[in-house]
Amino acid sequence: MDLAHQEAILRVVEEKGKDNVMVVLGSPDPESAEIAAETVVNGDPTFSGPLAGVQLRLPVYHILEPEVRQAVDPEIYRREIGLMETVLPGEQIAAVMRRVRSGAAPD
Amino acid sequence: MFNGKQIIVIGERDGVAGPAIATCVTASGGTVVLDHTACFV
Repeated sequence: MDLAHQEAILRVVEEKGKDNVMVVLGSPDPESAEIAAETVVNGDPTFSGPLAGVQLRLPVYHILEPEVRQAVDPEIYRREIGLMETVLPGEQIAAVMRRVRSGAAPD
Repeated sequence: MFNGKQIIVIGERDGVAGPAIATCVTASGGTVVLDHTACFV
């Protein structure tokens, strides 16, 4: 996750607190999803940005996860996400998201 | 899931872009407080 994104996320949390804030990702693959999720849960894993060493522990989901899909109006989801849902590795992305949320170490 | 929540959207150009995610979570009762779409080219 680039430094500007990290700075913006940190600013939002400082302004609004963490209690009611959630992150939703649109990463194209499991690797980038894992890095983004780790960044907002445990801090920047590359130790290069403003979130290095900052454990925000924000709830984080990917837009392709089943629980997110179920929370969105089916017609809106089909229109906005449907095409990418057919080409991105949703199950693999969902697996890494669950692992990051559970706090488990990578395989 | 999103109702009453403040949502940080981190989209990606090669994946799902921020505005598409924002449309979904807003329609489900969430409020988007940050919407970024990354572009790694």
